Amino acid sequence: MGITARNWREYPQRYRLEAAKCSQCGKVFFPPRLICNQCKSRKFETIKLPGEGTVKTFTVIRVAPTNFIDEVPYAIGIIELLEGFSTMMQIADCDPEKISIGMKVKLEFRKIQSDGEAGVIMYGYKAVPVSE
Amino acid sequence: MRDVAIIGIGMNEKWGELWDKSIRTIFTEAALNAMDDCNVDHIDSMYIGCMSGGLFVGQEHLGSMLADNLGADFIPATRVESACASGGLAFRQAFMDVASGMSEIVLAGGVEKMLDVDGGAATYALSTAADQEYECFHGVTFPGLYAMIANAHMAKYGTTRKQLAHVSVKNHMNGSKNHRAQFPFKTTLEEVVNSVMVADPLTIMDCSPVTDGAAAVILCPLDLAKKKFANKPIIKVIGSGHATDSIALHDRKDLTWLSAVELSGKRALKMAGKKIADINVCEVHDCFTIAEICVTEALGIFEPGMGGPSVESGITNIGGKIPVNTSGGLKSKGHPVGATGIAQIIEITEQLRGISGDRQVNGAKVGMTQNMGGSGGSSVCHILEVN
Ligand SMILES: [Zn+2]
Repeated sequence: MGITARNWREYPQRYRLEAAKCSQCGKVFFPPRLICNQCKSRKFETIKLPGEGTVKTFTVIRVAPTNFIDEVPYAIGIIELLEGFSTMMQIADCDPEKISIGMKVKLEFRKIQSDGEAGVIMYGYKAVPVSE
Repeated sequence: MRDVAIIGIGMNEKWGELWDKSIRTIFTEAALNAMDDCNVDHIDSMYIGCMSGGLFVGQEHLGSMLADNLGADFIPATRVESACASGGLAFRQAFMDVASGMSEIVLAGGVEKMLDVDGGAATYALSTAADQEYECFHGVTFPGLYAMIANAHMAKYGTTRKQLAHVSVKNHMNGSKNHRAQFPFKTTLEEVVNSVMVADPLTIMDCSPVTDGAAAVILCPLDLAKKKFANKPIIKVIGSGHATDSIALHDRKDLTWLSAVELSGKRALKMAGKKIADINVCEVHDCFTIAEICVTEALGIFEPGMGGPSVESGITNIGGKIPVNTSGGLKSKGHPVGATGIAQIIEITEQLRGISGDRQVNGAKVGMTQNMGGSGGSSVCHILEVN
């Protein structure tokens, strides 16, 4: 399970949280797509996803994939960023026991994992709780 | 289309840790058992469900390799992949091959050799059924994905931790009567709930195991089955349904609803001209306890949200109104991913032949299988009826 192109290919959408919004029906896709599954339009505009959202569901990983073994237990969830649009990310900087569905979070740019001991460091987004 | 029948079935003597045998041997054992079951000495083509020969044993090109090892020289042989639904999909390809008139005697098999690699490598291989760039990248696992479904289901419907455990207890009870099961022991609600936590709220006893195993069935036109293979009850394949969905869980509107399962079920029932209430026995994809609850809802066996209370009530036990996973399911029987869909067909075939022994559902005439890929990104359903 060595490194593959997917880990060093550039992901502007991952670093800048850019999604594609269908110019015809408005459906949002992350990552961007070439055709809308709702209306079949091929025209999109690039939008920046909002930096805040709510927890739609979550879990606490206690048995982790090899690259994440040192981090257990860690929380991961599906975060709703726009009405009808959600994506997956870790929920950091909090006690996993305190996370609940409906909780408000904001997104931050963080290190996600590294490939092996001397491998490429991969960055992306994580959610952290918003103090009310 | 021609009507199609199942005439032969075969598995390994027992599923589990088959360290002394290679993938070619376990597949060939199951295939020969299926051919012996109906006394055929040749097959015209074959389809093999295998999720990841490449990652589990470093072997691709399985169609040719396994046809060669079966002594079926030069036949068309095709490896079929749809993650954990590979076996069910291989069966569907074999069904279409016979139904279309292209081939007469066709083998549908499935195999997975998962214990040749260590746990980390097996977990990685399985995770390739999820979205690598937008799910796995963040450190999610398959138990984690189904745990998220479970938490959403609990929040929406009030499904309880205990109801999840009931799925495991029931399937282990059934599996304890299945000599081929990898883990044929009984368990209790307390044991399930108090086992090692894998991804909250799922413990290790909510999760199906990694398994070495293979299964195979032989199909032919119904007319030929009536003429030449009538010494055993003839099992007709009356419905086949297949559907896909996004492989990323977060792209689905309702995290508790498996649309691919719903649609594959409806398509199979429509082809069969049956209603869900006509089904006497059912094998569904209980890769995790919550999966069985969601599948029984998506198939329409129970109303949305009623999967948990239903398993708790005992209605899905052997002897209940609609027995589910009489084989022990993936949980107890084992889950060699590519072989699972074929083993489900075998369990229903045995139930309809009336040879399931202590697991027999009395008077079963129509049965259904549901085989799922990933967290619901694909689903294949079949409906079988005894002639
Ligand atoms: Zn559109």
